[in-house]
Amino acid sequence: MSRQMTGARMVIEALRDQGVDTVFGYPGGAVLPIYDELFQQNDIKHILVRHEQGAVHMAEGYARSTGKPGVVLVTSGPGATNAVTGLTDALMDSIPIVVLSGQVPTFLIGTDGFQEADTIGITRPCTKHNWLVKETDELSATIHKAFHIATSGRPGPVLVDIPKDVQFATGEYVGPKQIETPSYQPAKKGDLATITRLVELMETAERPIFYTGGGVINSGTGASQLLRELVDATGFPITSTLMGLGAYPASGKGWIGMLGMHGLYEANMAMHDCDLMIAVGARFDDRITGRVADFSPGSVKAQIDIDPSSINKVIHVDLPIVGDVGHVLEDLLKVWKARGRKSNAPGLQAWWAQIEQWKARDCLAYRNSDQVIKPQYALQRLQALTASRNPYITTEVGQHQMWAAQFLHFEDPNHWMTSGGLGTMGYGLPASIGVQVAHPDALVINVAGEASWLMNMQEMATAVQFRAPVKQFILNNERLGMVRQWQQLLHGERYSQSWSESLPDFVKLAEAFGCAGRTVSDPAELDAAIQEMLDYDGPFILDVLVEKHENCFPMIPSGKPHNEMLLGEASTEGAITGAGAALV
Amino acid sequence: MAALNIQKGASSHSAYDLRDPNTQVIESHTLAVLVENEPGVLARVIGLFSGRGYNIDSLTVAEVDHLGHRSRITIVTRGTPAVIEQIKAQLGRIVPVHEVHDLTVEGPSVERELGLFKVTSKGDKRVEALRIAEIFRASVVDSTLESFVFEITGTPEKLDAFAELMRPLGLSDQARTGVAALARGA
Ligand SMILES: Cc1ncc(C[n+]2csc(CCOP(=O)(O)OP(=O)(O)O)c2C)c(N)n1
Ligand SMILES: [Mg+2]
Repeated sequence: MSRQMTGARMVIEALRDQGVDTVFGYPGGAVLPIYDELFQQNDIKHILVRHEQGAVHMAEGYARSTGKPGVVLVTSGPGATNAVTGLTDALMDSIPIVVLSGQVPTFLIGTDGFQEADTIGITRPCTKHNWLVKETDELSATIHKAFHIATSGRPGPVLVDIPKDVQFATGEYVGPKQIETPSYQPAKKGDLATITRLVELMETAERPIFYTGGGVINSGTGASQLLRELVDATGFPITSTLMGLGAYPASGKGWIGMLGMHGLYEANMAMHDCDLMIAVGARFDDRITGRVADFSPGSVKAQIDIDPSSINKVIHVDLPIVGDVGHVLEDLLKVWKARGRKSNAPGLQAWWAQIEQWKARDCLAYRNSDQVIKPQYALQRLQALTASRNPYITTEVGQHQMWAAQFLHFEDPNHWMTSGGLGTMGYGLPASIGVQVAHPDALVINVAGEASWLMNMQEMATAVQFRAPVKQFILNNERLGMVRQWQQLLHGERYSQSWSESLPDFVKLAEAFGCAGRTVSDPAELDAAIQEMLDYDGPFILDVLVEKHENCFPMIPSGKPHNEMLLGEASTEGAITGAGAALV
Repeated sequence: MAALNIQKGASSHSAYDLRDPNTQVIESHTLAVLVENEPGVLARVIGLFSGRGYNIDSLTVAEVDHLGHRSRITIVTRGTPAVIEQIKAQLGRIVPVHEVHDLTVEGPSVERELGLFKVTSKGDKRVEALRIAEIFRASVVDSTLESFVFEITGTPEKLDAFAELMRPLGLSDQARTGVAALARGA
């Protein structure tokens, strides 16, 4: 059955066929035909953002919290260039995003037309793939391909650039089932012989560890379920990257906390001393490895990843398994059970005893105060007062982000959205709105730093307009705290430009946006303030004035190995020297 | 392309590849990349090399299957074995890339390049240029009283050698195609 329609209509039709219920966007000349079609239908909700970067982060929040792709609609030129940071963020963290951008009409392309930009050229390195559609007949198939590529294999952002004349012209619509991508066939199943070899190693390992990452979450809730079963059945300890928090519950018996630059002492020490490392959907990022040459020197390393380029990129692994985490874990569990559920019990017992010793260092200990709110304390109280509601947490980037990762406990996947790979300040507020739009009745909290929060604060208007009752929990240290910490440790306490000067009054700001806010500085009033934020029926800004000079520990200084962590009370002078000083 | 048919995107951690993964020795590899012939595909490949800091010593591209919309990109690149593996895996990730072959490890292959060399000289030098061209089996494709344009096909090393000899004889301009390569045998 041939279905003729305009390109603009096709966009709506294709989104509908893809099951899209929400689009985050901002109109402009080059997408007016699509906005006209949006106006004439009721299936797809449009969230009008205040800046296109906000649209992409909202779509990321939507995608991470639902497992579905996030969809963004922007105009040509500045609309598209404003989306670039979000695209790069989604690429680094493997988040499925489909951006539809308007483009000047085909006959103007190349003439420096009004609001023309080489969107395909600009976004080529920050998308998994992108397309310029020059024929209306090809538009629907391209959009369907875009969804397929964004969501399959290693997920990521894609962009479809649609010239205005293509939107006006009539062409033939095809459905999602009719598309083919012969050159793109990501692997699903892992190699069974290698999986069996890994099981053999698991049976005898004395000091095994699961090192898991965002890939487990991207593989779907089934993968997290299998991971839980495998970890609990084997009794192995498990640590996770920032991106993987929640795949295994923080209350689970195998959990030893996050690893990495600001990871837990026990997790990093266990990584350093293990004899079998099983990396699952984790990519050995430099925040994880520390000094590569000294990374976990005595271990046999296995890595399960859907992306062959993640394997052996940074760390040489002995057992590479290319496949979808869910499929591979299923096979791994099957083989392990079939071979009699064996593990090295005496070895494991000694290993756990060692881990308990490391845990006893109590690496997250901090000196609390009854005069000033410590950021760690604020997060502990937030955790205590919200745990029963299983909140969705987003963050900005900085110290507060690392403290949130350390002090909040994640029991489920898809409940933690943070900018890991790119470290994008300004991510958290729009992301929280995207999460709230996807889960209207859930509790959604953005743990923010005051500096990051200002970067996309215009989206507060979006929250108010769409009645998204997002809670903005700002740990206000009046500093670019993470920058200040590095300057203290690395640049002789010369605090170059790391003050947050001329901060707005956040309570008045909340009022100006049409929502509510409160400032709290007395530890004794913190609980009441948090409760007020939770009870308020609408978006809320809680400005928590915290200790200004608190440092985030533990910390593996750049260029140091895992077993040379700085702990809270330790002397930090001259901690980062030599080659490490050049690292970021 | 028999021997080790490396799957698109897979890196050759196969049992056949016994090279030390951690060696810092720089190797030269010739890669054949079969791609969908669509706009921008070459930019994606080149962008990958510049964006990730890989080397390109030579690059050629042309459509090889009009009906099937396939082009073949031949890339000569340099790097440690780990970097070469990473390059292949990254190439495999590009959506319109169908296959990536490492002709250097998959078995014997033939490599050819075509060059045009203009030699401008008079008298003895001109005679000597013609004599050397004969030895190299280069052919004269253009001639004036003061210049020749030689066409020569061969390995890049042969073309280098030819250019070296022509330099003192008045080599004034040259154009080279870059390497095209195919695996030997059926
Ligand atoms: C867009 C962007 N610009 C700069 C940075 C570098 N940076 C990392 S953390 C940080 C300070 C963040 O300050 P704040 O949001 O107040 O968080 P804090 O560290 O104080 O908790 C900066 C400037 C970044 N990550 N992102
Ligand atoms: Mg701050």
